[in-house]
Amino acid sequence: MASSFVLNGKKISLDVPDDMPLLWALRDALELTGTKYGCGIGQCGACTVHLNGNAVRSCLLPVSSVAGQDVTTIEGLGDAENLHVLQQIWIDQDVAQCGYCQTGQIMSAAALLSTNAAPTDADIDTAMAGNYCRCGTYVRIRQAIHAAAEQTASHHEMPETGTGELA
Amino acid sequence: MTQRHSQISDAVRQASLGVSRRNFLKITGIAGGGLVIAAAMPAMAEEAEQDLIRSSELNAYVQIREDGKILIYSGSPEMGQGIKTSLPMIVAEEMGADWDDVVVEQTPTVDTDLYGKQSTGGSYTLNREWNLMRELGAAAREMLLGAAALVMELPKDELKAESSRVRHIHSQRSRSFAELANLAQQQPVPNKKDLIFKGRQEYRILGSAKSQVDSLDIVTGKADFGIDAQVDGMLYGTYARCPAVGGKIVDANLDELKRQPGVVDAFIVKGNGNVRELMDGVGIVGSSTWAVFKAREKLRATWDEAQASKDSWSDFVRFAEQAGATGEKTKLERGDVDAAFTNPDNTILSALYEYPYLSHLCLEPMNCTAHYRTAPSGDRDHLEVWLPTQSGPRFQQLAEKRYGLKKDQLTIHVKRMGGSFGRRTSGEYACEAIELSKRSGRPVKLTWSREDSIQQDFFREGGFNHIRGAVDQEGKIVALEEHAIGVAPQGKPSYFSGVNPGVFPFNTQASIRGSLTSYRMDTPVGPWRAPYSNTHAFVSQAFIHELATAAGRDHLEVLLEMLRPARWLEPDNIRSMNTERAAGVIQLAAKKAGWGRNLPEGRGLGLAFYFCHAAHVAEVAEVSVEGDAVRLHKVTAAVDVGPIINMSGALNQVEGSIIDGYSAMAGQKITMEDGRIQQTNLDQYPVLRIGSAPDIDVHFIQSDYDPTGLGEPGLPPLAPAVANAIFAASGRRVRKMPLLDLGYRV
Ligand code: FES
Ligand code: FES
Repeated sequence: MASSFVLNGKKISLDVPDDMPLLWALRDALELTGTKYGCGIGQCGACTVHLNGNAVRSCLLPVSSVAGQDVTTIEGLGDAENLHVLQQIWIDQDVAQCGYCQTGQIMSAAALLSTNAAPTDADIDTAMAGNYCRCGTYVRIRQAIHAAAEQTASHHEMPETGTGELA
Repeated sequence: MTQRHSQISDAVRQASLGVSRRNFLKITGIAGGGLVIAAAMPAMAEEAEQDLIRSSELNAYVQIREDGKILIYSGSPEMGQGIKTSLPMIVAEEMGADWDDVVVEQTPTVDTDLYGKQSTGGSYTLNREWNLMRELGAAAREMLLGAAALVMELPKDELKAESSRVRHIHSQRSRSFAELANLAQQQPVPNKKDLIFKGRQEYRILGSAKSQVDSLDIVTGKADFGIDAQVDGMLYGTYARCPAVGGKIVDANLDELKRQPGVVDAFIVKGNGNVRELMDGVGIVGSSTWAVFKAREKLRATWDEAQASKDSWSDFVRFAEQAGATGEKTKLERGDVDAAFTNPDNTILSALYEYPYLSHLCLEPMNCTAHYRTAPSGDRDHLEVWLPTQSGPRFQQLAEKRYGLKKDQLTIHVKRMGGSFGRRTSGEYACEAIELSKRSGRPVKLTWSREDSIQQDFFREGGFNHIRGAVDQEGKIVALEEHAIGVAPQGKPSYFSGVNPGVFPFNTQASIRGSLTSYRMDTPVGPWRAPYSNTHAFVSQAFIHELATAAGRDHLEVLLEMLRPARWLEPDNIRSMNTERAAGVIQLAAKKAGWGRNLPEGRGLGLAFYFCHAAHVAEVAEVSVEGDAVRLHKVTAAVDVGPIINMSGALNQVEGSIIDGYSAMAGQKITMEDGRIQQTNLDQYPVLRIGSAPDIDVHFIQSDYDPTGLGEPGLPPLAPAVANAIFAASGRRVRKMPLLDLGYRV
C-alpha cells in the first residue's frame, strides 16, 4: 500500500506494507539511517522522531498511521550547514561516546525545548526517560540541554534589529 | 636490550628505509592526488621478533593535502572509547599540527603489514600505540623541518614546527606545512632512534579537551555504523539459531517462510558447531528488515537438542551455596593462611558473594553486511564485508581459515560500532551474513533483533565467591581467602573465572589463598567491560570494608595500611600495580568526596579502590537509603592513568563507566533454565535511566608514566563503592547483584 506523509518538509509517498513500522520505512525504504533500531518495543528511544512536533518512537508506529502528517527525522532537524542548536552544543560539549543513541536523544531533547524553553532537571528526567544510553552519557546530555536552553534564551534577549553586532 | 633485539632493530631500520618508497606509492595509489608524506616506521619490537620482513613495512601514515588539511589515519576501530580521536591527537602533537587542520579517517583497508595492529580492546590500545603514534608524528615533523631548511636556506635546528607551520625561531619567517609537503615527502625517513619526543610541558594538543572527530556525523545522523551499511542490490536478512545453544537443525517450514510478504528466500544452514563461527540455523532474506523479522515469527523449526545447553541458573545457585571455603583447585597461596584462620585471637569473618550473568546490550544490535561473489570456475571468489568489529585482522584470519580466502580476495570495511564492550570480537555474525549472501547470490545485510542480541550473547559470566578474612587484635587484616565458583562451558573453565594474582589484594596481601571450583554451564561467555575485574572488585573491595567494619576501623585507613610500603610491584611493568599511585588515588578521592564528614540519617559514603587495565582508580559513592529506595547521589572518582591524552574523552569514559557500572548493579541479570535465556528484551533487562544517574566528579593524577586507556577501569570500583555506601547509610550489606533482586528500588 502506498503511504503519503510529509517527511522533513517534503511530501512523499512510498509503497511499503501498511503495518511496517515507520522506523523500517525510514531506514530500509528511504535510506534515512540516522533513526536507529535499538529494541523495537518502545523501550530505548533510539528510533525517536517527531510526529507533528512531538517525540514519538518510530518502531511502534505503523507507517500507515502517519498518513498526511508531519514527520521530522534527525536529517530534517539540522545538517552540517545548518545545525540545530542542540546539535551544535552536542558537538561542543562532546556528549557522545559510541553515538548510537544520540540522534534519538537529540530528537527527544528538541521536542522538550520546543514546549519548555527552560526545563528543570526534573523536566529533563521526565522528557528523556524514554531514551537510554548504554555508554552512560547522561551527565553530559543533561548539561547540554541546559546549555541549549540558556543559549536560546540569551539569543531571544538580543534585539531583533540593531547594530548587527550579534555574537 | 639484548644483542639479538638490537640487531633486529637495525635491520628493521634499514628495511624501513628501503620500503618507504614502495609504501609511498601504495599510499598515493589509495589517496589519489594529494601531497603525501610517507612516514615509514620500524615496526613494534614484538612484531620485529616474529617476522622481520613483515614488520619492516609501514605502520601508519600522515598526508598533507594541498588545501592545508592534514589527514591522519586511525587504525584502531572506534566503539565509543574515543580511540579514533586520541591516537591522531598524539600524531598531531608530535608533528606540530594545528588540530583544526586535522582530518581523521579510519584506515581504508585491513592490512597489518601497512597499518599495524588495527584492533582494540583491554583498554590497552592507547598504551600499545603510544610510542608508534609519537614516532609517526615526530618523523613527519622531521621531514617537514628538513624540507623547510632547504627552502628557507636556514639551519634545521633554528626551525620549529607548530600550528601547521614551520617557523624560524629568530625571525618572523615561516612556511605552511602545505607549502612544504611536496619537498618533505622527498626527505629521508628519519631513524627511529634519532627521534626526539616533546615533553609534557610543551604539549598544546595532548591533555586538552577535544570533541571526538565524528561528533558532527553523530549528531546529524551520518555516522557510519555497521547497521547503516547500504549496498546496491542488497537484501535484508535474519538468522534464527536454536534457543538452547548447541542445538542442531532438523527441519523447518521453509515453504511457508518463503510465502511470507517480502521474503525472497529461506534456507537451512548447517554450522560447524563453533559458537564463535557458525552454528546451525535458519536464514531468511527479503526486501526489508521488517519483512524478514515478521516472517521469522512464523518460523517453526525442529531442533535436535541432544548436545544443546541444559544450563540452569537455579541449579548453579544451589551448587554454590553448598560449597565450602576452599575450592577444587588452589590457584595461589602465600603465607600461613590456615594458621591465621585457626588462631583463636583473630576475628574471622566469612561471606558468600554472588553476581549474575550479564548481556552486553550494545545499543547497536549485532549486524554485518556481506557480499560474497562466487567466481566462474578457474577464477577466485571475492568477499566484501561491512563489519563492526574490534579486530579486522582477526576476521581476516577467520575468512582464510573458514572460507580459504586470501587477503587479496577480501575487502573489509571496519565500521564504527554502536558500543561493543568486548562483544564484537567473535566471528559468528559475520559468518552468518556470509552464508546468507552466498546462498542468495546477493549482498545481504544481516541484522540481529534485540532479542537475538540479548540471548545469543557471549555473556559476562555469573558466579559466586566464598570469601573469608582474619583480623588480628590490632585490627589488621592478617589473612584472606577467596573461593571463586566459576563456569566451565563444555567443561572448560572460562578464561575470566578464577584467581588473578595481579589484582588487589592478591598482589599485596602477605597471607592469602585463592582457589577455584568450576561448574559446567554451557552458556557462552566472553569479555564484558573490565572482565574478571568487574566482579572481583565487587567481591574483594566490599569484603575489605566488611573486615574494616568488623575491626571497628576506618575503611580508608585499612586500605592505606594494606598498600604500605610504597612500591611498584614489578618495576617498569605498566600492567603491575604501584602502591604509591594506588594510595594517591584513594587519598584524592577521599579528600574530594569529603570522606569522614557528618551525613544525615540514611545517607552514607562508600569507598572502593581497584587496579586493573594498568589503571589505578578509586571511587567514593554517596548514597541515601529510604525504606527500599536507593538513591546514588554522587560519585567522586580519582584516576591515575599517566598523562591524559584527550581530557574530554577521558572524562567521558570515566563518567560512562560509573553510570554503566551502576546500571548493571541496579537491575541487570540474565538467567537461564533448560538452556534457554529467560530475558528477551529491555523490558526484562532494565537499564538505568537519566533520572537515576548520579552527579559525577572526576579527578586525574597526571604523571609521566606511559598513558593507558580508560574504556574499562572506571567501572570495577563502582559496585563495591555503592555497596559500602548502602551499608554506611542503612547497616545492610549488599553481597549480591543486582540491587533489584535484594528488593531495592533504584
Ligand atoms: S527501537 Fe524504538 S524504542 Fe527502541
Ligand atoms: S553514546 Fe553509546 S549508547 Fe549512548
